[in-house]
Amino acid sequence: MEIISENAASLSNYEVFVHLQKIKESRKKQKGQLATITYETLRYLEETSCKNQNPEDITQCLKDLEEFNLNKSEKLMLVNTPPATPLEIQLMIEESEERLSEEQVQTILSILAKHFPHLHIVKTEQEDEENLD
Amino acid sequence: MFVLAEMKNVTRISPELFNLNLNEAVAGELNKKLANKVLLNVGLCIALFDITSIQDSFIIPGDGASHTIVYFRYIVFRPFMEEILIGKIRSCSQEGVHVTMGFFDDILIPPSALQHPSKFNETEQAWVWEYDTGDGSKHDLFMDSGESIRFRVTAEIFTETCPAGPNGIQEAQDITESKVPYSLMGSINEPGLGLLSWWDN
Repeated sequence: MEIISENAASLSNYEVFVHLQKIKESRKKQKGQLATITYETLRYLEETSCKNQNPEDITQCLKDLEEFNLNKSEKLMLVNTPPATPLEIQLMIEESEERLSEEQVQTILSILAKHFPHLHIVKTEQEDEENLD
Repeated sequence: MFVLAEMKNVTRISPELFNLNLNEAVAGELNKKLANKVLLNVGLCIALFDITSIQDSFIIPGDGASHTIVYFRYIVFRPFMEEILIGKIRSCSQEGVHVTMGFFDDILIPPSALQHPSKFNETEQAWVWEYDTGDGSKHDLFMDSGESIRFRVTAEIFTETCPAGPNGIQEAQDITESKVPYSLMGSINEPGLGLLSWWDN
């Protein structure tokens, strides 16, 4: 076995999610390690926001984010775990205080909220659950 | 979090699989070989993404199987440095906080990378962030198992786990059992990192 490139491309959580679901639903019954890892990975991904994403929204969102001069891994994080607060943006974007103004941060948040509207729904559901506890 | 790794392999298809379409047989064999395994300096292999090219198969005298050179791409879990991930706390110990992603368990946040000041509570077996509320009093924030936690990946460690030679087989076995092929180090000593519930409001 030979490794040609250990990092040929990055995948978003959504792409992995869709691919694994295809494997899970394929007519052939999966067995062994593949079944284990697809099951465990899907269970993790189902809890993230990628469950409600779709390719159009992601492409459109990336287009809207172009003007902010973010690098690829930053954009990947924004799509994988869309932040809802300025604090989270600060974590994901290196030196965000120098690179982005407060208005820009707000614009990014509203772009993300526009393309991934389920984000806030999920959040309120969680809060409801907590209140019930 | 996930990347594609390009690889090349000579895949052996044993005769009982000759009834299958070659692509299917190769995909099956590659998944059997790699799924849920760690490749040194590559990461944790999840599933076959696609086969980019299949070359002519050949047979070797004395072996009924066919051998095919395939180029393929595999989905691999390999977070980049400084990536922000969300996992769940598996357990706490003196060494720090152990975090799991569900499919990957070997993530450790050492005590030095916890929020400051934190201390280990022996009775609860949990790390506690002694949050200073500003008016001189302290608010204890417990890090219980099962809670969702956001952390930054700070280091990755790959360990060679190939079987040891015949010398001291017994010892070697003990060592391999405790060896972890791929582990990650995390940190939560920044505002916004740590349990998701800490930063909800």
